Amino acid sequence: MATVIELPIATYESVVEPDWCPGCGDFGVLRALEIAAGKLGIRPKDLVVVSGIGCSSNLPGFIHTYGVHSLHGRAVAVATGAKLANHDLKVVITGGDGDGYGIGIGHFIHAMRRNLDLTYIVMNNQIYGLTTGQASPTTMKEVRTKSTPLGNVELPINPIALALVSGATYISRGFSGENKHLADLIAGAIAHKGFSLVDVFSPCVTYNKVNTYDYFRKRIYKLEADADYDVTNMELALERAFEWGEHIPLGVFYRDEQPTYEDREAALRNGPLAHQPLGLSKETFDELMEEFM
Amino acid sequence: MINRREVTVGIGGAAGDGLDKTGDTIAKTCGRLGLYLCAYNSYQSIIRGGHIWLRVRVSEQKVYSHGDHLNLLIALNQDSIERHAREVGPGGAIIYNSDKLKCDPVLIGDNVLPVPLPVAELTKPFGRLPPIMQNTVAMGAMLYLLGLEFEMAAEVLADTFKHKGEAVVEQNVKVARAGYDYAQDKLVPLGYEWNFTRTRRPFITGNEAFALGAVAAGCKFYSAYPMTPASSILHWMAAHGAKCGVVVKQCEDELAVANIAIGAGYAGVRAMCATSGGGFALMTEAIGMAGMIEAPVVIIEVQRGGPSTGIPTKTEQADLNQVFGASQGDYPRVIIAPTDTTDCYYSAVEAHNLAEKYQLPVTIISDLLLSEHPETIEADALRHDVPIERGEIISDWPEEKGQFKRYAFTRSGISPRALPGTEGAMYVAGTDDHDEEGVLISDVFTNSAMRRKVQEKRMRKLDAVLKELTPPQLEGPPDAEVTLVGWGSTKGVIREAVALLAEQGIRVNHLQIKYLYPFQAKEVSEILRQAKRTICVECNYTGQFARHLRAETGFSVGDLILKYDGEPFEPHHIAEQVQAILAGKPRSTDVTLEEAREMAYHYIRVHLADKVRPAKIEQVDGDGYGEPLWLVEMVGRDSGEKCGELRIGVETGSSYSWEPVKIFSAEVGSAS
Repeated sequence: MATVIELPIATYESVVEPDWCPGCGDFGVLRALEIAAGKLGIRPKDLVVVSGIGCSSNLPGFIHTYGVHSLHGRAVAVATGAKLANHDLKVVITGGDGDGYGIGIGHFIHAMRRNLDLTYIVMNNQIYGLTTGQASPTTMKEVRTKSTPLGNVELPINPIALALVSGATYISRGFSGENKHLADLIAGAIAHKGFSLVDVFSPCVTYNKVNTYDYFRKRIYKLEADADYDVTNMELALERAFEWGEHIPLGVFYRDEQPTYEDREAALRNGPLAHQPLGLSKETFDELMEEFM
Repeated sequence: MINRREVTVGIGGAAGDGLDKTGDTIAKTCGRLGLYLCAYNSYQSIIRGGHIWLRVRVSEQKVYSHGDHLNLLIALNQDSIERHAREVGPGGAIIYNSDKLKCDPVLIGDNVLPVPLPVAELTKPFGRLPPIMQNTVAMGAMLYLLGLEFEMAAEVLADTFKHKGEAVVEQNVKVARAGYDYAQDKLVPLGYEWNFTRTRRPFITGNEAFALGAVAAGCKFYSAYPMTPASSILHWMAAHGAKCGVVVKQCEDELAVANIAIGAGYAGVRAMCATSGGGFALMTEAIGMAGMIEAPVVIIEVQRGGPSTGIPTKTEQADLNQVFGASQGDYPRVIIAPTDTTDCYYSAVEAHNLAEKYQLPVTIISDLLLSEHPETIEADALRHDVPIERGEIISDWPEEKGQFKRYAFTRSGISPRALPGTEGAMYVAGTDDHDEEGVLISDVFTNSAMRRKVQEKRMRKLDAVLKELTPPQLEGPPDAEVTLVGWGSTKGVIREAVALLAEQGIRVNHLQIKYLYPFQAKEVSEILRQAKRTICVECNYTGQFARHLRAETGFSVGDLILKYDGEPFEPHHIAEQVQAILAGKPRSTDVTLEEAREMAYHYIRVHLADKVRPAKIEQVDGDGYGEPLWLVEMVGRDSGEKCGELRIGVETGSSYSWEPVKIFSAEVGSAS
């Protein structure tokens, strides 16, 4: 194995200061991503951070790497294209719960099913923040928001359970209040070959007065602290995925080694598409034409 | 008097009857003999049943549409005899399996030869055969009647069934031979005289040409969601992706299709996707993103009849407004409407070059007719060594040069690209508007002057695009009485209509528009201002292109020839309407006698369980209905006896009433 040369966090420092609200959970996620990238020694030129739209989707602008700040709900799709075009790149998707579990949930599920070598970090604050506080797909039942003044009546999406049944091969949950732990989860996710999910409790200090830092601090525990927990056991993972209330688990729920989509794609056998010569040889062209005669 | 060097064969049957294979064999046989073909398949969105109607026009000369005539009918079911027998012109023939089908002499025109084939008897030596082998017997008889070489057809059959083994090949050849020998024994050829040059030429559809052209131009990424009539691009790409080094991705929806393609384009690969109108609607937000982040991508929109699900297997040119209207905001893009099959190939090449050089989305707008009909093109029409122009891409960005300006405000508006992986040139491609470095100017650094300059920079790219496009050309005599204006797929049929009108003594010239955006307003205006009388020909209801022309040039065409029934124009449709316009007769939208028959067939299929067929049809006064009526007399399919009358409004097309004759009412029901 090649020696990893760790890079300092400053390597990824953008000229643009984040404009998140003071205390926003997303600061911790950005910091953890920088730590993780540094730890893995990923050079900024080889990292592409792709986001959708929302407060958390502004993240690519605050990190000095390649990035696409794409459309609402489409980050996973854009990242899929970028990864298939050049699978030498590390592609990390960042966004929020509305972006990924609401408008973009179709792409999320299908990307997991494909086991593309992508890392998806969802800054889950259980609210629409940028649009000033409407219910999101992960808003808990009965929570009052601007769009649910009488209390939310819909069951929230369970991203961990969804990922488990959709074929993701690294499924984890972190908390932006636990920076070091989160950085480890992200580093594990990026290093993992296959689709990795890092669902992060990233509190919205402005619009979500229910799921606050305190709310989580009182409830979270770490799966790795449980010596009996087996990250390769799907049934166990599903059981823990539904744990909510008094105790909420953090850490890696499930991990599996499976061939990635890129491994299975015949057209990628000669290396990244972006590095291949363009056009057809006369011989290949003539062979193709022969089929029309 | 028949043209002895051109024939149109029609094959009618149900989906699942194997028409396409038979059509392919006929086409390849004629093609390898050195004849030109142009075919069109009128099909339906079902896998089995329904009515499929394939026409193959064969000629010694290049033909540009499936034409106006029918010379030989191969009917695979009773429906096809009843609906198409009367279309066969003098000197023609109708081939059918007489074990199962009847050809009533009243259905046949003068000097048309019925060819009943005793298929069971002819195929007896080969044991039990699948029903579709009746097609092969019919094809054998056809070869003899049309004076085509049996040996060539045998060679094509051998190639087609090679993968199924020697026994299958032999059986097919022998069955075809049985049909050929029977015809030789009983009949005289129809009198065609061919000069077989045996020049090998490609027989190819527009969709295949798009795929091939894209790959020749270096396209390495293709994404799609299945949708008629774009799916055959996906099929070709999927079948050849590994060989050509193309990643072919079927996606969960067209939102993914477009966004994935744009992601690939951003990361440095020539990427393409295709769909039809409904799928394109889902792609539109992403197309605006490609304009904003300046990522190259090629999108093919193959139109079918709309709106909504519309007529999924029928042709139309009614998505022009949608393609223009794609995405919110103003952004640079190119829209190309290829005009023929060869042009599909080169338009795909040009689209990829424009997309990369100018870093913008290029939409190619095609339609079912152009994309799906196969035709013979010249042997050397498609070249493998097409130009590949990628525009400026930097290979590194040394630190001393400072922050890389991905969106540098240059005079041309084109800013050099850096692909992810390039040392030192990290930037964010933002869908929020941004400054030269890609830093957003939407939130923290809001700046209206910056917004103005970045918008001007992007839009300026179109000035250079416009200069690069080949100018439109007027075809035909400059002093013609009438100028026909078309766009996209209608070039071939308008060209043949012009020739038909010339035979009728009317001098017509023709302007076909390929580049829809940016629009060559100056060149087009100059041509049209000199025209004596202009008529725009379009396959839609509102004349969408004529409106675009007016918006871009201020020029209003004199008249419109529009068609929106799902079937493509045939030369005579255009010629007849030009004549009518010149005679000052407004176009009638009344139901014609032939249309009344088709509507009666629809009624029969829906309400009368295919037990009857329309016989005599006459127009009568519609007292009490407020419009004249077509009175359609229905007769029993087997008995031939009158079993009821259907009344159809001549103006509205409403099927007002069905009155069964009493004794048949139990058999056919009394639906109204």
